[in-house]
Amino acid sequence: MKTLILRTASKYMLPLLLVFSVFILLRGHYLPGGGFVGGLMAAIAFVLHAFANGLENTKGLLRIDPAILMPIGLALALLSGIAPVLAVDLPFMSGLWWPDPVPIVGNLGSALFFDIGVYFVVIGVTLTIIFSISESA
Amino acid sequence: MLTAILLGFIFSLFLVFAGKFIKGRLAVLSALVPLSLFIYFLSFIPQISSGEVIRQNYEWVPSFGLNLNFTLDGLSLLFSLLITGIGFLVFAYTASYLKGHDYLDRFYGYLGMFMGAMLGLVLSDNLLSMFIFWELTSISSFFLIGFNNTSEDSRKSAILALAITGSGGFLLLAGALLLGSVAGTYSITEMIGQSDMIIQSDSYIWILILFFGAAFTKSAQFPFHFWLPGAMKAPTPVSTYLHSATMVKAGIYLLLRFTPVLGGEDVWNTTLITVGGITMFYAAVHTLFRTDLKGVLAYSTISILGLLVFLIGLGTQYALTAAAVYIVVHALYKATLFLITGIIDHETGSRDVTSLAGLRKVMMPVAIAGFLAALSSAGMPPFVGFIGKDLVYESTLDMGSWSLFLTVLAIATNILILYAGFVAGIKPFTGKLPEKFSKVHLPNFLMWVPPLILAVLGIIIGIFPGIINDSLIAPVVDSVGREGGEVKLKLWHGFNLVLGLSAVTLAVGALLYFFFKPSAKKEKDISKLDFIAPKSLILDFGDGFKTFSAKWTYILQNGFLRNYVTTIVLVLVGMVGYSFFIGGNGFVLNSDSFSEITFYEVVIMIVMFVAVAFVVASKSRLGAVVGMGIVGYAICLLFVIYSAPDLAMTQFSIDTLTVILFVLVLSGLPKYLDIVDYKARIRDGIVASSLGIVIFLISLAVLNEPVDKEVSEFYADNAYVLAKGKNVVNVILVDFRGADTFMEIAVLTIAALGVFSLLKLRLDKSENPKK
Repeated sequence: MKTLILRTASKYMLPLLLVFSVFILLRGHYLPGGGFVGGLMAAIAFVLHAFANGLENTKGLLRIDPAILMPIGLALALLSGIAPVLAVDLPFMSGLWWPDPVPIVGNLGSALFFDIGVYFVVIGVTLTIIFSISESA
Repeated sequence: MLTAILLGFIFSLFLVFAGKFIKGRLAVLSALVPLSLFIYFLSFIPQISSGEVIRQNYEWVPSFGLNLNFTLDGLSLLFSLLITGIGFLVFAYTASYLKGHDYLDRFYGYLGMFMGAMLGLVLSDNLLSMFIFWELTSISSFFLIGFNNTSEDSRKSAILALAITGSGGFLLLAGALLLGSVAGTYSITEMIGQSDMIIQSDSYIWILILFFGAAFTKSAQFPFHFWLPGAMKAPTPVSTYLHSATMVKAGIYLLLRFTPVLGGEDVWNTTLITVGGITMFYAAVHTLFRTDLKGVLAYSTISILGLLVFLIGLGTQYALTAAAVYIVVHALYKATLFLITGIIDHETGSRDVTSLAGLRKVMMPVAIAGFLAALSSAGMPPFVGFIGKDLVYESTLDMGSWSLFLTVLAIATNILILYAGFVAGIKPFTGKLPEKFSKVHLPNFLMWVPPLILAVLGIIIGIFPGIINDSLIAPVVDSVGREGGEVKLKLWHGFNLVLGLSAVTLAVGALLYFFFKPSAKKEKDISKLDFIAPKSLILDFGDGFKTFSAKWTYILQNGFLRNYVTTIVLVLVGMVGYSFFIGGNGFVLNSDSFSEITFYEVVIMIVMFVAVAFVVASKSRLGAVVGMGIVGYAICLLFVIYSAPDLAMTQFSIDTLTVILFVLVLSGLPKYLDIVDYKARIRDGIVASSLGIVIFLISLAVLNEPVDKEVSEFYADNAYVLAKGKNVVNVILVDFRGADTFMEIAVLTIAALGVFSLLKLRLDKSENPKK
């Protein structure tokens, strides 16, 4: 499936889709979106790139093994849950919020870090599964 | 008290790191752990004997009613002293018995874990934590029986013992939950107050069955007794400690502990008398036909356990006092006999009673211990065994119309137990020393001192029964709900019927010992009856069950995905359809609640129909997959129309990825073939449509149900107030139900790792058992 059109398009699509997925991730708390959808979109971006340019190229572009994103994401989500317990002695997973809104993102809180964790886990899971299958097929 | 229980576990944990220090000369130091605990528990005697009960509570998982409540009363104290006291001697003995063994540290680790678990079991006031400790004792027993894990026999016996005691553990858990729900508490102390209510409840009989099942399997009662002789494959210190003195008495402990809660009813007494009576006589008869010293001891232990159950069943004050005394008596002399058997085995390499003789000439102190223990087991005055036997006869004589039968049964059992004691404690030491044993010598003092201490204790307590009367026995009887202390332990009761019965027991037993000689031939003869023994029946049942489950599995798990899917769909349609149309309120369709069908919906539906038709008719796999993708996208459009943008976005991405996955997997398959005829296709079509129709009808019926909006309104109202988010779906995911989401991403990760390892794991030939 290495058509010229797809290959050329995918070069521009990949960064665009990734930025879009981050956008979806960040707006999640106020508008449709969130870590899960964002992660899926980012994964689709990479899969699309792999379809057009071959798996090896995509892996080279990624540099890291996507599987490593799973523990990173899990740790981030867990930390955002434990942080209130450690920092201010609130129950597990209580929301902590930065007092002032941050430009672009809006209110900054522990929920966002949790969502970023979800985002990473979803990318890691999806890419690991798809890469493993396509390498074995 | 928590520290006392944990000490055993801490000791085991410590050995993981410091095991190699303990393997050498320091091994004997490990005996300090049980010794210090023994002294600690001794210090409670004054308080307990004055009628106090010591309670300590630690909250563990209060939301499940699971607290670490510990109670030290007479019964717990007696068992704690046995566990730590015998434990101390066994720990010291092991240092010499297994000297230089490669896995000595491991052995001590298991022993320490067992000691902690057993202490926890007898000190727990909470039924659930008691169950946990109960299971831990079974598990440590499993490891200890299978300690010589290179021997197939050991492994088999270990698994058999775990299977029997473990299934008893399940029964205990079920019984505990049932009892807890009836009583409304898991505290044993609180249950005693509600005894009447529990006995009158409908579940009483079930609770009894479950508790009896647990106690009978653990304490090796007929017909579950057969794991105990097998457990003798363990090194002798283990047999002494677990399978004679402490762990097998856990069932006895359970029965005693629950006598004030569940006891007193006819069904309780009759069952225990029957089972205990059968066990004590059946096992005692078996001792006649054993030539392995440990086999003799195993069966006489089972017999004593039966006697204890029998006494608990009699349930009178005399009987319970007798049970308490017998626990002490038995621990003292049976541990001695086991320990000297270990010495004989260790020094001569043989446990065959037909060949052992004359060993007194080479190991006098061991012979003295053996003599004393045998005489105590015989119930000869002035040994403590005599007091125990007297109490047994007193209690059976007191049983009204049944007294004659029960007394005769008790006498017969005691005669046989006397025989077993003599065979194990006297026979190896008398007679002429065979040539081959002339070089045998006395072992290290660590091995012969412990049995001697126990044997001498037997005679001291016998002469001065006052030592244990008020301090140990009376509080035990108190704590099982009878007035303790009224039955005074005395060596001399004067000339009466009981004394006469004792004399008969001794005379007949001694005659039996002199005229009946154990032989290999007799052991062989009795083994011809093995096919009707409970062991082979239960093993046959196990085999049958295995065959059955293999066939059953083959029917359900036949390896064809299409059959799995068909089965799942049919079961779902059958069960849901049944409860939907026949059970419940019946099916009502109310068209009033339907909204108008719009133009967009019609268009989307047409797209979906066409796509489905394309999937069914398609001649290519990829075509079918694309068709499925179109159905998925059409559903996303429906979500968009019904204003669920989050759902639609996610569904879009998921559908895209699903199609990609399908393409990746299917592209590797051979060309699409028409392998099914049209009949099969019609059958599949019917199965598929039936699922669709049932789900469709249920969805319509759901519209008629009043919707409970409380939950969704709570989220909608509070999303911004509490969580500062405006997208309710996202707020639920990352905040309100964040812990759920965390579990879900953990599950996702596990799934990915599973796929990865299934596809990527390439075992070497040496690692792959199939090749």
